[in-house]
Amino acid sequence: MWEIKFSGFGGQGIVRCALITGKAISLYDGKFATMTQSFGPEARGGACQSQLIISETRIAYPYCTVPGVLVALSQEAYDKYEPGLGDGGILIYEEDLVKPSGDPQRVRRYALPATRFAEELGNRLFANLVTLGCFSAITGAVTAEAMKKALPGLVPDRFLKKNIQAFDKGYEHGLALRDAVPAEPATAGAAQ
Amino acid sequence: MPARNTVAADPKGVDSGAHFMDGDHALAEGALAAGCRFFAGYPITPSTETAERFAERCPAVGGLFIQMEDEIASATALIGGAWGGQKVMTVTSGPGFSLMMETIGLAATTETPLVIADVQRGGPSTGLPTLTAQQDMMQARWGSHGDYRIIALVPDSPQECFDLAIEAFNLSEIYRVPVFIMTDETVGHMHEKVVIPEAEEIRVVERNWYQGPKGEYRPYRFTGRDVAPMVKAGDGHRFHITGLTHDERGYPALTAEQNDKVVRHLIEKIDSNAESIIRVEEDGIEGADVVVLSYGITSRIAIRAVQEARQAGLKVGVLRLITVWPFCEKKIRELAGKVKAIVVPEINYGQMVLEVERCAAGQCKVVSVNHCGGAVHDPEVILAAIQEAAK
Repeated sequence: MWEIKFSGFGGQGIVRCALITGKAISLYDGKFATMTQSFGPEARGGACQSQLIISETRIAYPYCTVPGVLVALSQEAYDKYEPGLGDGGILIYEEDLVKPSGDPQRVRRYALPATRFAEELGNRLFANLVTLGCFSAITGAVTAEAMKKALPGLVPDRFLKKNIQAFDKGYEHGLALRDAVPAEPATAGAAQ
Repeated sequence: MPARNTVAADPKGVDSGAHFMDGDHALAEGALAAGCRFFAGYPITPSTETAERFAERCPAVGGLFIQMEDEIASATALIGGAWGGQKVMTVTSGPGFSLMMETIGLAATTETPLVIADVQRGGPSTGLPTLTAQQDMMQARWGSHGDYRIIALVPDSPQECFDLAIEAFNLSEIYRVPVFIMTDETVGHMHEKVVIPEAEEIRVVERNWYQGPKGEYRPYRFTGRDVAPMVKAGDGHRFHITGLTHDERGYPALTAEQNDKVVRHLIEKIDSNAESIIRVEEDGIEGADVVVLSYGITSRIAIRAVQEARQAGLKVGVLRLITVWPFCEKKIRELAGKVKAIVVPEINYGQMVLEVERCAAGQCKVVSVNHCGGAVHDPEVILAAIQEAAK
């Protein structure tokens, strides 16, 4: 079972990240997924978050208790949600927007220049797909094939190709990070 | 109530396949699959997505969506739509539900089939627009003045939002009664997999149309068991629809005797069929010392507490209400004689627990785990209540 929190500021596509992953998991990877999100004023600016539970069995409790993965795309979101990330958990952060301040040994940190990569592809709006690529590679919680299959309907048709490119770019970066950082014998992440 | 035939759903309204969808959207899809083709509404958080979905799908399906000036007009338009021959629906949240109450009484006494979903948020008044609650449970039952009955269903997932929307329409047609779907912000905005079957696998109850000669149509029959067939306004039948106490032709009949006849019928048509209307889900009730009774999102939160309690060796059963009104009186009376306690968590100050207490009638402890609006329970609080109740 995975408990995942995506966070950033409203407008970065945080809710979309969880939607795409949840759809990929539940329609194409054959597992259960439950997604909840910040709603209302807090989703439109400020620290915004969405939560995703992934399980092999039917999910009852719909929220994260102790997230094993935190994706943080803004400093405010990092400051707010990092303390709640489980010990040994996976932190993926936007390296140009977030300066991690917590104990570097407590969680497994992965730095990702998501916005910069997205701008190289022509638009910073693709940063969330770069992030999802990186997230998929590092966690292995969802397959890349399922993620790509989930995109139609959740990104504009005319930008489908660009979004897939953004995903691949993030995925490649994620694989490199995963293989460079030795897996610690920590407990969180997959096993909760 | 004579059994009613069902037909396959009209494929135009059925978006078959697997979707990753929130509860609000699933409500709209369920309504469309059930044959609803008229929706009058006024946007209110956290229910607006249902209206948006319905409006978006209308052109392809051949339905009509009207954004009305407020919730009073929305509910009243449903009565017109229903007597115009359509299956009709609206969706709202607490403040809007309050405004609809007068019309709900009109729908009850004119025996107009309609479906209203209340995506509950914290109250009273405008309360907590974006945060969850289950505070309108008694309002659904008692909100309009006078004596009457309604049916209310509570889904615990987006899938059940879809399924129960269809059931709500079917029940509203069978009993010519307003049916409420009492969901909440959490389920409304939660995304999960929703499987929409093929149209031929979805069974819908069509309206029971009057087949007799013109001039002899009677819109009511006060048997307390079944309801009269309906006609479409404008088809040349002469009849009258009023909120006043009426006779079988629908004309005002303002006597104590007639009021007794009408009101008894409104109540007995539901009460005498309660056993076939009521649906609950049970798990581990047999031999349980404590039963946790809950509904909607709270039943999913309670599962975590129940699992922990069972791991600690306690004998805990689960009773989830799918139909909340009519209330499962018989079930609670039987249960109360067999268990030590019934624990009732709900996101309100204690509403359905009052019904549980009434039916348990002192045969067992009834423990309210009340928790006002804004968030789901901490499962530990429910666990502590179970442990205490098991002593």
